Amino acid sequence: MGGQKKTIGFTLNGRRVAADIGVHQNLTEVLQEEFGLFGARESCGQGLCGCCTVLVNGIAVTSCLSLAAFADGADITTIEGIADGETLSAEQDAFIETGALQCGYCTPGFILMTKQLLDENPDPDDDAIMHYLSGNLCRCGAYPEILKAVKLAAQKRKAG
Amino acid sequence: MAGGSTTTVGHSYPRMEGRAKVTGRAEYIYNMRLPSMLHAKVHRSPISHGRILSIDTSEASAMPGVHHVITGEDVKKVLPEPYYGPAFHDQPILALDKVRHFGEPVAVVLATDPHIAETAAQRIVVDYEELPAVFDEVEALTSDVIVHEELKPAGTFADLKHLAGKRDTNIALDYHLQHGDADKAFADAEHVFEHTFRTQQTMHTPFEPMVALADVRNDHATVYSSTQGPSFVRFELARLLGWPESNVRIKTAHLGGGFGAKVYVKVEALAMALSLIAHRPVRVALTMEEQFYTITKHPSTFRIQSAVDKDGKVIGRKCEVWWNGGAYADIGPRVTQKSGFTAAGPYDIDNVAIDSYALYTNRPPAGALRGFGIPQLVWAYESHTDIIARELGIDPIAFRKQNILRNGRPQAVGTIVKDGEFEAVLDGVAERMNWNRPFDKGSGTKLRGRGVGLGFKASISPTTSSAIVSVNADGSCIVYCSTVDMGQGSDTAMAQIASEVLDIPIEKIRVVNPDTDVTPYDMSTLGSRSTFHMGHAVRLAAGDARDKLHAMAEEVGMPEGSNAPLPELFIRKFGMRAGAIVGSANYIPEFSPPNYDTGQSTNATPFWMIGATGAEVEVDTETGQLTILRLVNVCDIGTPINPIVVETQISGAAVMQLGFTLTENMVIENGQLTNPSLADYKIPGFFDMPDTMENGYIDAVQENGPFGAKGAGESGTFGVSPAIANAIDDAVGVRISEMPITAEAVFRALREKQGKPLEEN
Repeated sequence: MGGQKKTIGFTLNGRRVAADIGVHQNLTEVLQEEFGLFGARESCGQGLCGCCTVLVNGIAVTSCLSLAAFADGADITTIEGIADGETLSAEQDAFIETGALQCGYCTPGFILMTKQLLDENPDPDDDAIMHYLSGNLCRCGAYPEILKAVKLAAQKRKAG
Repeated sequence: MAGGSTTTVGHSYPRMEGRAKVTGRAEYIYNMRLPSMLHAKVHRSPISHGRILSIDTSEASAMPGVHHVITGEDVKKVLPEPYYGPAFHDQPILALDKVRHFGEPVAVVLATDPHIAETAAQRIVVDYEELPAVFDEVEALTSDVIVHEELKPAGTFADLKHLAGKRDTNIALDYHLQHGDADKAFADAEHVFEHTFRTQQTMHTPFEPMVALADVRNDHATVYSSTQGPSFVRFELARLLGWPESNVRIKTAHLGGGFGAKVYVKVEALAMALSLIAHRPVRVALTMEEQFYTITKHPSTFRIQSAVDKDGKVIGRKCEVWWNGGAYADIGPRVTQKSGFTAAGPYDIDNVAIDSYALYTNRPPAGALRGFGIPQLVWAYESHTDIIARELGIDPIAFRKQNILRNGRPQAVGTIVKDGEFEAVLDGVAERMNWNRPFDKGSGTKLRGRGVGLGFKASISPTTSSAIVSVNADGSCIVYCSTVDMGQGSDTAMAQIASEVLDIPIEKIRVVNPDTDVTPYDMSTLGSRSTFHMGHAVRLAAGDARDKLHAMAEEVGMPEGSNAPLPELFIRKFGMRAGAIVGSANYIPEFSPPNYDTGQSTNATPFWMIGATGAEVEVDTETGQLTILRLVNVCDIGTPINPIVVETQISGAAVMQLGFTLTENMVIENGQLTNPSLADYKIPGFFDMPDTMENGYIDAVQENGPFGAKGAGESGTFGVSPAIANAIDDAVGVRISEMPITAEAVFRALREKQGKPLEEN
């Protein structure tokens, strides 16, 4: 606390960045406090809800359980980095169109997981979607709409 | 105000803030930081009931980086009466003299680094004289353990005044309703039934935990809070400070869920007091764990008796409900009364007696949670109703329809039902479930059953909403209202209403985040009241602006029908793109207060919310494991303003209630909460969804509602729990009378039925 500091450098949403961080700080905190990115957010604080999801070297991780120090040299993508300028990603569009969000707190995590799922499996069935997203929780209970959103996103990606 | 032909209202619009939410850019108070602010971390009581003998803050204060360590006595120096609460002024900002529940805030550390504050908070040492505690609501009625020495009603509610100064009781409100002559009905009855049902303590778990940032300077306080009720928070903080409400400003943003957790004062008074002491902005941001100590859903015990005649008509019902309000009353006494009067269910029963009690115990406080007590009541009366039907050999739906409440008949509270489509809602479920067709009951160790539950709720009344609608010179429009969008889509609904009235495209309408210096009064965003109350206020305010625009058009020689665009109208009037046309309105529905002795009122609610659920389940008789094959939820929500949002409200409410029914339970052992985390407190995930789920609403019009609409946020919760219990009974012939319905509970009941009961733990 307050004590040990470390300078880390990493790629954040396609840009090289550096930060002086406390070695005890988790990645969620550093993204928020150093870079003003609040799309990854701590809720349960135990890696169970998925609200803090970010992609580290292309793999979704719970940033509230990831020490920021380990991000040194990594390539990190957050929800703020997946739209192409003003053009939303297929997943983002699909979540809006299907009404797959209510309070929106868990939405970035679901969208990043959806993106990773569709990167791996462009045509998932219901079971595959539910299994893949079972590590994310939505307290508003938008699961039926999220299922629709993932399928719509898959279609949108195919349509290009 | 029936629908008619509308261009905006009644159509499905994606949420206005959708883009902000999918890009991670939506504004939440949890994201806010203020220059030079301090982080607060709370030291909490490890015991449920005890006297504070001493608080040693020396080690915490000595930690480098710690600015202040603050106790209840410090708060008392700046706020001599530091107690708050909507019904009782019973809750201290920080514990004074005593602690009354585990997790109660006792002291706070302020530091610029939240990690330092957290570590220092753990180094505070408090010495307690532990006192016996009471946790059960029925025991609390007669217990020697008294949670509060003296009752301190807030004075806001007339029906609590008689409790002022009362000593040696845990009863925070006793509510009684008499309709007809229940004793006589029981004497005349052919059949009498009596059952007792219980519900457990659960928590809202909003994903954005409660948070408040306070900045108190000189004679002005600004508090940024994730509150559902900015106007109430302003009222209460102004009262604590002894300041006019104009000197207290409450601002909110979008909320990451609320569900009733964030109504009334939660962490705002603490943040305000800390800033007052520290002379710096202070951020109080709870963790998920801390929310379990802050507000919960009432555990309850409900003894229900019915008198039935030889034809299967329910002629009398007696209800005794005990609500476990925890250590501080919060809004519990209102739950006791406002929900209490519907305890006899959605049936036309001539003779009803209801006794409903709010009890203090040594649990964390209980307040409002999506349904305001109704799901606890429906659990009991719809389980009870089903047992009666089965014992009388009558089809459960036929039995309900025989007794159902209909328009034009008085509900037990004495109010004639209007626009309450009970039967159509029940029929809607029965049709979707193909109730009259043969049902596959399964075989071997996998047995199937089906059941229904029908519930209803009155709107909390009377309450006021105010709105301002401003039309800009370029033809765009701003809606100012204090309704908080916590995911229910209220911003979009209000924009649709303004758009409809003013004929301005919804894309040109902005709904301002609540800010009490800017947006006018609203009672609160709770109880599914916003669409109706604020919907009316926005409709009227927009109408006021429209009338002014018409007058302005007349004045500048552009009479009605000239169809000139709004910007041209403003240029004609003001010579350039300038000016604003502002409409405003207050809305309060008609209401008749209940008679104190009989509980009777000729007009208890502006509208009735109705929801029913049908469930098909499969029970594994070897393990008690339950599979929800199908869940059908149908509601009467009047005419929807935004159909897609209404459907997701019904669906989301049912999913949430599924968690309360099957898995969620705050487990207290030896006076400790053993599971205050999402690891051990299981909320629904993808694999907890029913195999199929259908949600719908019936064609209906709420005649006195804005565009025929009424509230829709809670109705989907009502029928879920009893529908599942009734389906289990249908499948395997056992009755679960206590929530949650776990596999263990079902298995124990099965073994009991086989005459081979399992040992208790």
